[in-house]
Amino acid sequence: MELENNTFDKSNQYVHSGKEAEPMGLTSRRSFLKTGSWSAIGSVLCVPFVFEKHSPAGLIPVQIDFADEQIGIPEKHPDLIILNDRPINAETPPHLLDDFTTPNDRFFVRNNGIPPEVSEIEANNWTLSIGGEAAKQEKTFSIAELKSAFRTYTYHLTLECGGNGRSEFNPPAKGNQWRTGAVGCAAWTGVRLKDILESVGYTDQAVYVGYYGKDTHISGSDQVVISRGIPMSKALQEETLIAWAMNGEQIPQLNGYPLRLVVGGWPASCSGKWLSRLVIRDKIHDGPKMKGQSYRVPCQPVAPGIKVADKDMCIIESMPVKSLITYPRTGATIRLTQRLPIRGHAWAGDLEVDRMDYSIDFGQTWKECTLSKPINKLAWQHFSATIQFPETGYYEIWARATDRSGRAQPMVIPGWNPRGYLNNACHRIAIKVV
Amino acid sequence: MFFSFLNKNKKPLSLDTRMRSAWHRQFSLILGAIKLVLLSAISMLIYLYFGSAIEGMFHKSEPLTTQQEKVLNAKRIQRQMEAEQEKIENGIHLATGLKVAEGWDVVRTTCTGCHSAALVTQNKATYSGWKEMIVWMQETQGLWDLGENEEVILAYLTNHYAPNEAGRRSGLNIEDIEWYILDF
Repeated sequence: MELENNTFDKSNQYVHSGKEAEPMGLTSRRSFLKTGSWSAIGSVLCVPFVFEKHSPAGLIPVQIDFADEQIGIPEKHPDLIILNDRPINAETPPHLLDDFTTPNDRFFVRNNGIPPEVSEIEANNWTLSIGGEAAKQEKTFSIAELKSAFRTYTYHLTLECGGNGRSEFNPPAKGNQWRTGAVGCAAWTGVRLKDILESVGYTDQAVYVGYYGKDTHISGSDQVVISRGIPMSKALQEETLIAWAMNGEQIPQLNGYPLRLVVGGWPASCSGKWLSRLVIRDKIHDGPKMKGQSYRVPCQPVAPGIKVADKDMCIIESMPVKSLITYPRTGATIRLTQRLPIRGHAWAGDLEVDRMDYSIDFGQTWKECTLSKPINKLAWQHFSATIQFPETGYYEIWARATDRSGRAQPMVIPGWNPRGYLNNACHRIAIKVV
Repeated sequence: MFFSFLNKNKKPLSLDTRMRSAWHRQFSLILGAIKLVLLSAISMLIYLYFGSAIEGMFHKSEPLTTQQEKVLNAKRIQRQMEAEQEKIENGIHLATGLKVAEGWDVVRTTCTGCHSAALVTQNKATYSGWKEMIVWMQETQGLWDLGENEEVILAYLTNHYAPNEAGRRSGLNIEDIEWYILDF
């Protein structure tokens, strides 16, 4: 009993120090939401009129329900957290990711530029061209041709932004301050990139496939917004798709309608949206956001805050092992007599998650969760457990996934890197037992 | 007697009568002018009050589509909101979320031309960190030379959006948690 009391004291200290440090910065989440929502209103209302030419399709003021102060972005759940309204970047709160397959309106949005406005007619006339130094010929397909000439596949594929969790890095890293919600796993339907590449043909010089999309730069200039790519080995993976459907529906405009790449398990920036061209390169693709420090981490571990030369930065490939508690929502108050069910998802980039554990004593002891097999390779897995709390008080549930190679999620923030990528620290929710 | 001119088709009038009818004519002209002014004033008033209703009777105005109505409604709300947004509450400019302090207006006009102010307010950095972001935007995103504004902007950002010591990982922000009773 004394030991347990001790533990509880420690937990109180932990909470207390957390409060003093005001770790999340100058604005609380609530005040961020408040200011965030105002700026979002600003965007929704002002953009179409003042900056009409830069505004994405669909972002028109009819989205606003003034009476309810409902704000949102086209085709998306109103409770998505809008981090940035120009370009649109929005993440999903953990409890909204509870579905096995992430619904289209809950799938996060990470835009680097302004999406093109694509009408149904334009989508019917949409073409994908393929070329590049290592392509044996230049070829162009309409979406209808892709559908008719190649076999169609559907895979559940996890997409996570490379910068998901950035907000916790210290010293802070610049960019959208993602918390936990730049991740989702949907059922994507399309053709294998592999089949397309083989139909075009490529030389033995081929090392990389780069993409180009139809989004435009926020400054209004005609520069390419983002053009990233993947090595041939990933491009030829069976699950790498050129997709036109998401969960059996049209892909939301903000997620790449009418055509996009889906490269499961790798930074979502590899999965080019509004896809219009692919290039088979004889070298590592060198489009915008492939070079410098973008989507790269130090090749060797570095001390926090260190300046790293571009030449010492390496391209991120597979995302690390990670998990998310999607039920209950943080802040649940339950009675001591109740056994609390928890559940969520776990994923590990190219690998499978082998084991899932939770802790209710700040990582001192761990208990194993039930963990499902992935529905297909590169799909996230689902875990669940039922917790009996020993006594009343404040608890945190920590979740920790371990991948096939034995790597587990860290409790603290993993290796600092200049741009704040790959934070896979364990997810935590707060519970009160009364 | 206002209608004395109707007499003209009757038998010839005496001199006296003619004199009188001349005076009548003058008088009725003046009265007519007054009547005209009064009538037009009344019709003006009627038009002002009921004009649109009357017009509506003749003009079958095209019914607004729901979309048009929504846009019009949104424009009205936009005007309301724009006025609302220019407000400053607790030192925060509501439209942008920027902290109102020396240099904030320069930051607003310079930075929000291309991107949302949220990209500023959610970030934290030291002087050199903010400087690096400016240089990065100039090198890759088409940001222009900021001239003497650069130091104003950097001073504002460094003072108001500075990193705070968080250690290796912060505790959960307890004040931010919205507690609720979980029924299951």
